[in-house]
Amino acid sequence: MSDEPVVTVEQVYAVAKLFRLQWEPAQKAHVLLYPEGMVRLNQSAGEILKRLDGKQTIAQVVADCEAAFNAQGLEQDVLDFMAGAIRQGWVLRV
Amino acid sequence: MPSRDGVGMPMWLLAEVTYRCPLHCVFCYNPVDYAKQHQELTTEEWKRVLRESRELGAAQLGLSGGEPLLRDDLEEIVREARSLGYYTNLLTSGIGMTEARIAALKGAGLDHIQLSFQDSTKQMNDFLSSTRTFDLKMKVAALIKQYDYPMVLNCVLHRYNIDHVQQILEMAEAMGAEYVELANTQFYSWAYLNKDQLLPTREQVEHAELVTDAFREKVKGRMRLFFVMPDYHATRPKKCTNGWGNLFITVQADGTVLPCHVAGMLPGMTFPNVREHSMEWAWYDSPGFNRFRGDGWMKDPCRTCPEKEKDLGGCRCQAYMLTGDAENADPVCDKSPHHERIREVVERTKLAVNEQPIVFRTDRDSRDLMKQCGEGGLKVDERRLFEPGATATEANTRIGRTPA
Repeated sequence: MSDEPVVTVEQVYAVAKLFRLQWEPAQKAHVLLYPEGMVRLNQSAGEILKRLDGKQTIAQVVADCEAAFNAQGLEQDVLDFMAGAIRQGWVLRV
Repeated sequence: MPSRDGVGMPMWLLAEVTYRCPLHCVFCYNPVDYAKQHQELTTEEWKRVLRESRELGAAQLGLSGGEPLLRDDLEEIVREARSLGYYTNLLTSGIGMTEARIAALKGAGLDHIQLSFQDSTKQMNDFLSSTRTFDLKMKVAALIKQYDYPMVLNCVLHRYNIDHVQQILEMAEAMGAEYVELANTQFYSWAYLNKDQLLPTREQVEHAELVTDAFREKVKGRMRLFFVMPDYHATRPKKCTNGWGNLFITVQADGTVLPCHVAGMLPGMTFPNVREHSMEWAWYDSPGFNRFRGDGWMKDPCRTCPEKEKDLGGCRCQAYMLTGDAENADPVCDKSPHHERIREVVERTKLAVNEQPIVFRTDRDSRDLMKQCGEGGLKVDERRLFEPGATATEANTRIGRTPA
């Protein structure tokens, strides 16, 4: 394992096979489900993860988020989140 | 969506679909009186439990038993659960798993299989479960990988296998397990009857933890290891089930709804049954589920303890088993005036020879124990393991199929 994952905007990711991303109406949140466990995601984490479809690049995900939330300058936030998500094993590079 | 202020959602549903089991494990957490008269829920009744629980927010489903593979409608239950959006976990000994079934379960949407081993060695695995099953379990482990399920390997630790932790972990690695749960025996039910036999020494636990830590470092990023400490060696209790009626909900084979899988033994309490009540009423309104919510029920030392919110007084069942009063502090806590009851058991682990006979979980023993309890036999604390008023089934009848 390398120490700090290096994420760049041209990379493509998908949610790792061990996890299932799903919207939970009861919790009004996206969650990651895995064997006997569940991570409740905050809104931005959910919005990023649901766009990791194994086809879109990080740059496209950033642009898509910025358009959806009428915001600018989300790139660094997305890259920071991705580094954490890789460390947690939630996502895999395609 | 139904909800009530201050009460968590039942996010984790444990469905004990049958108490029938081909194994006879000495540490089984099923009630010691599981051979009582009862009728297993039907397929349609389970589907209703799943639907109603999902509406309350349940997301994780554990299909357990007994051996859940003994239900021939397991695939149908899984299919319903998956279509409702559950993450479906099958907790199995692997006995009864065939390639046809594992493929059918995959088709039904089963997410994950947790396979239990009793030890890394054939001899000890087979001895502890009183069966010849080790080779079969190895075959099932290969099938789990072949069908691309995530695999959790579960091994209950105790005095007779805890020194094999290195070998158990090597076996798990060789099988390709993603997660390994090394769960020290919790002393409830059958394990409580066998506690003098099963509790490891402190030195054994400390050694096993060191071995696990070293292995964890080695397999970092590939496997996750969980080591559950035995609370008898602790001085503060566990926050049992993350709080009474706050996260976990169990439905037993006969439809009884419980805050944990052994709470049925607590005296003076009635728990709801899905044949008479909705899951919503069971969770939010039934007296049983409200009995130990919050901290209003606490006595000293818990009532005035600065740590009370941290562990909520520990486990109600452990308090009852060891002190006779479910409102007492869990005697694992060294602030409990009954902590001596735990210390006595720990002290006995230092004895070289243990003369207590080991009890295997069998239908016959369950019936015999119920009979002994009914006739005033057994030790006073052991008598507390039995649900008041339950009647044993006739010898040689199938568990869970008592005529209505």
